[in-house]
Amino acid sequence: MTRRMLPFAVVLAAMALVPVFTPSHFYVNLTSQVAIAAIGALGLNVLVGHAGLNSLGFAVFPGLSAYLVAWLSTLGGFDPVSAGLLAIGGTMLVAGLFGVVALRATGLGFVMITMALCQIVWGAAYRWTSVTGGDNGISAVPRPGTGLLPLERPEVFLWLCVGTLALALIQLGRFFDSPMGVALRGTRDQPRRMSAVGYDVWRIRFSAWMLAAAWGAVTGLLYAWYHQFVSPHMMAVTASAEVLLMVVAGGAGTLAGPLIGAALVVLLKNLASIWIERWVMLLGCTFVAIVLLMPDGIVPGFGLLRAALARLRPAPAPKLVPRERADV
Amino acid sequence: MAFWVSQTLNALALGGLLFMLASGFSLIFGLMRVANLAHGALFMLGAYVGLALVKAGFGFWTAAATTAVLVGVLGGVIERTLLRHLAGRTLPQVLLTLGLAFIIADACLMTWGGDPMRLPPPPELAGAVRFGDVVFPRYRLFVIFASAAVALGLWLLVERTRAGAMIRAAVDDVGMARAIGVSASTLFTAVFCLGTALAGLGGVIGGPILSVYPSLDQDMLPLALLVVILGGAGSLAGAFVGAYIIGFIYTFGQVLVPDLAYVILFLPMVAVLAVAPQGLFGRRLG
Repeated sequence: MTRRMLPFAVVLAAMALVPVFTPSHFYVNLTSQVAIAAIGALGLNVLVGHAGLNSLGFAVFPGLSAYLVAWLSTLGGFDPVSAGLLAIGGTMLVAGLFGVVALRATGLGFVMITMALCQIVWGAAYRWTSVTGGDNGISAVPRPGTGLLPLERPEVFLWLCVGTLALALIQLGRFFDSPMGVALRGTRDQPRRMSAVGYDVWRIRFSAWMLAAAWGAVTGLLYAWYHQFVSPHMMAVTASAEVLLMVVAGGAGTLAGPLIGAALVVLLKNLASIWIERWVMLLGCTFVAIVLLMPDGIVPGFGLLRAALARLRPAPAPKLVPRERADV
Repeated sequence: MAFWVSQTLNALALGGLLFMLASGFSLIFGLMRVANLAHGALFMLGAYVGLALVKAGFGFWTAAATTAVLVGVLGGVIERTLLRHLAGRTLPQVLLTLGLAFIIADACLMTWGGDPMRLPPPPELAGAVRFGDVVFPRYRLFVIFASAAVALGLWLLVERTRAGAMIRAAVDDVGMARAIGVSASTLFTAVFCLGTALAGLGGVIGGPILSVYPSLDQDMLPLALLVVILGGAGSLAGAFVGAYIIGFIYTFGQVLVPDLAYVILFLPMVAVLAVAPQGLFGRRLG
């Protein structure tokens, strides 16, 4: 295990040990929610942080896979595990189609197209009542689980979520360090130069899109099994905005950022639901506050703080040898 | 036959409303490269403010004019105090306008409650007109003509006046426009005011047709985005054509396949993006 992964291992272990410290299902379930949200935020971070593609319709992936698994395992008559696999496969198919459409544009065009795509699927979930149940959604979604792995118990379900989160962290950490990850950041910063030196910018972006969609689909699966209920609200603009808030608040482009952001947003949302009713207002105010006060997010914010502290220490003596000019 | 005629008129009315919403969005986008995601919320705010003014005893026309001014001023304040600091930074702009949209929407819900309300049309436009066997509400006919008049007015403003020449110059190249003496700062605020005022006016005009309810913004913003994706950002002609295309598809979709009215909106978007990624009338904006 590398030194960089150590803090993640400690945090994940702490999350997995929550049931040991408290018998209360409330905290166990809250931790599951954080883990599920963090997987989705990690997925969106591939697009926002590393590809420079600001998607405002990310909730469409969790939404599609949650609806698929819910429909397949209740009305479709599949058992939960094969319904889950089919749901992920189906979501990837639709994501491929949506990717071809959305990646016709970048920048603000991409923002608008992803938002419109998500709204169209939301509209289908909301209005196509004969299939999706409309506003009532689909309830009584069965969780998988056998004698060996009783997933209906909150602590076992939490371990599934934390285990999946660990997988996501390892896979994405390796991806970001890989040549592909570096090329992806290249297309974010200098698409024309990357194209000029022979990279297929579109294909790299499409791969990133599909990777994000895959983790989004996993989130949706866990979400449907956790709540055992799906409704159109999980694809509303506010839902996409919440995931984006997790990424931006934590720090886009970092590995720890989405995790911290997810914890913050889930805790804030739960606290808000206890004391005040106006979650949407709070969400809006948080957006405005983040943009005005902490535009880079928490993790880079800490980096800046550390740099500022380091500057207080005496700097090493300057080298006497004249340095080479950097610009030639 | 009567069915097709009256649905066509409905589609024209919806298209006109969408034009009022999308043209402001598109003008702002073209000039400032800002996707104002609060546009739908401002449309809804316009509808609510108009309704409140009508309930307070003002006439419909006074209410509409006052609302347009109020929402326009609010837009100007947002541009001057918040958006201006974020020039050229896409993600913060998106977050800020989205955050404002949530705040405005929730403030409307807090102030006016969650029940749908009907904004009564002005008394001189109540009732219906008959052409043969087609009976059509007089107010919707008014909306069709009013939105066409707004479109004509905007076209004259942009293409035939000095201010419009400045706008076109700044859309093409802000730096060069500045260099020859166009005050981009004033222009940005003016266009933002104009765009948001159109949204507010659209809200009041649309109120009697769409009725006024809390998720009106979430219903209208995606339609406006589709119009802009279809027509091309920054182009008035694009907003005009796109608005009527979406108006027709959505109206007939709702009548013929009510369950999938939203889903078939996907088709024109895919078709246009496949052929012209920057929209039918759009240019590649830097």
